[in-house]
Amino acid sequence: MAESGKPLIEVVGLEKDYPTGAGVFQALRGVSLSIALGEFVAIMGASGSGKSTFMNLLGCLDRPTRGSYHLDGKDVSQMSSDQLAALRNREIGFVFQGFNLLPKLTALDNVALPLMYAGMGRQARRQQAQATLDRVGLGERSHHTPLQLSGGQQQRVAIARALATRPRIIFADEPTGNLDSETSRQVMGFFSQLNREEGITLVLVTHEADIAAYARRRIRFQDGRVVEDVAIEEAAA
Amino acid sequence: MIFASLFETAWHALTTHRMRSFLTMLGMVIGVAAVILMLAIGQGAQAMVRSAIESMGSNLFIVMSGASTSGGARVAMGSAPTLTFEDADAIRELPDIVAAAPVSPGSAQLIYAGFNWSTSVFGSTPDYAIVRDWPMASGSFFSEADVRSGARVAVIGQVVARELFGDEDPIGKVIRIRQAPFEVIGVLGAKGQSLDGRDQDDLVIVPITSAQQKIFSSSLRNRVRFLMAQAVSEKAMDDAESAINELLRNRHRIGVGQEDDFTVRNLTAIAEAAASTTRIMSLLLGAIAAISLIVGGIGIMNIMLVSVTERTREIGIRMAIGARRRDVLWQFLIEALTLSLIGCAIGLALGIGGAWLVGTLVGLPVSVTPLSVLMAVGVSFLIGVFFGFYPARRAAGLDPIEALRGQ
Repeated sequence: MAESGKPLIEVVGLEKDYPTGAGVFQALRGVSLSIALGEFVAIMGASGSGKSTFMNLLGCLDRPTRGSYHLDGKDVSQMSSDQLAALRNREIGFVFQGFNLLPKLTALDNVALPLMYAGMGRQARRQQAQATLDRVGLGERSHHTPLQLSGGQQQRVAIARALATRPRIIFADEPTGNLDSETSRQVMGFFSQLNREEGITLVLVTHEADIAAYARRRIRFQDGRVVEDVAIEEAAA
Repeated sequence: MIFASLFETAWHALTTHRMRSFLTMLGMVIGVAAVILMLAIGQGAQAMVRSAIESMGSNLFIVMSGASTSGGARVAMGSAPTLTFEDADAIRELPDIVAAAPVSPGSAQLIYAGFNWSTSVFGSTPDYAIVRDWPMASGSFFSEADVRSGARVAVIGQVVARELFGDEDPIGKVIRIRQAPFEVIGVLGAKGQSLDGRDQDDLVIVPITSAQQKIFSSSLRNRVRFLMAQAVSEKAMDDAESAINELLRNRHRIGVGQEDDFTVRNLTAIAEAAASTTRIMSLLLGAIAAISLIVGGIGIMNIMLVSVTERTREIGIRMAIGARRRDVLWQFLIEALTLSLIGCAIGLALGIGGAWLVGTLVGLPVSVTPLSVLMAVGVSFLIGVFFGFYPARRAAGLDPIEALRGQ
């Protein structure tokens, strides 16, 4: 399955150092891999294994210390912060463990936010945000604020926000970490559907094996290196 | 497009913390109100001084009898009348002088048909109307012939006309000034308050000869306590002053080294000094008010810094979904600007209202000029930008990962 398309993400010799009081902490020690368009990848590993650092780099939130990162053929490691912001806005969607919705804004306004930064007019972005909320099944809740929604609903709003600018990749960092198992199943089912039906590339960070099982490729990190990179059999879930 | 959204965002953020936003704004409100009010009062005071100076007459000298210091025995100015009518005539002949009038001041009770009114009585010549630039409201000023003959005619000020005659036409009526009958032949135009706060319209002017003979029964005929003279132009003032000095020293036979028995004063210069004092005063008031504006700005900066710290996570989220650094910068800058401009608007309303109140209660001709409003708005804008920029830059400089982790 991994070779089903051209490489959307290609990293070579990726390293990331963090200065600490006692010297330099090497969070990533040379990671090389590629992810094709339409893949569904689970990244696993204990805390401190470098998986979150790797995610931040792939998500263009950070730049590598050494090594190269090509996103859709473009060298990301040399881009300015404005260019990275544009990539995050148009090419990438984020779903976080803590949902990270703005609590004072309605669901609709939360989903419309990335469209504002994309420079879309008020009317157009409200329409598109409403359409995206319909897609995640929360069309009727668009005027609720996050606090008026359940955890699962909040995460679906967050997914709608990630989808709003129609990106090709979604990065999900422990998306079910704050959800009960039933809601987790629903959210993961929705992710699978997005991947299958819309061809959205999904990169999922988790430490739970049953969540990782929704993916079709598993990459395991340990001490800043990739120690496992395997395809997962269909219907494992 | 995105700016409209940013204003919406700012408005949303500010209305979320109403009390805090209001208190933050209060500094700007008070600052702007103070600036508007102080400038209005300052301008009102200046306008008052200006109109007082204009009413005084232009390029004006006053020549007082007696010296300001007179050797061992000091005599107050004007105490011993050393100036004569002829001195006035001689001064008038000087090339830089337009007119010169001897003035014999006093006060007396006026009576007309059962009404009485105590007021200033000035004896002078027709030149008085010229040096004071004093137009007539009705009738005419008395003539040189009236002065020569000691005619019993009088011109009266607006206040006297009102107090003695009410709605009646005073022209041709006979009033008694200290029992002596005088015919009113003219009513002077209104001049309002003088620099020292007296009502200039509360007076009667009669020929100086008549005043000395019929009213003051002065023992020193032909002599006066002071003269007023007008120079042809402001430029000629200095030359005119030395010419008057020289002329009078000759006429009074004052030798080299002897002290003058008169004092020439440039009234216009004194008035200008008063005007510039007022100007400096109003500038000072404005400056003090401006300080409170700056304090208001610091208040905004303080709250914006708190707000940036509080909303670190929000900033992280916004960055993660595609906000560029400059978008975050603008967001906080516009928030600071919105605060300062709303504060400015409220301050303007309060300041203009306060100025109006001061105007009606105190009677000062306060004036809120478009310039001072423009200045207040401009300064508020600059303060918003200046004190908003640092917190905004701090927000924009946050690392997205750190910010996302923040609380």
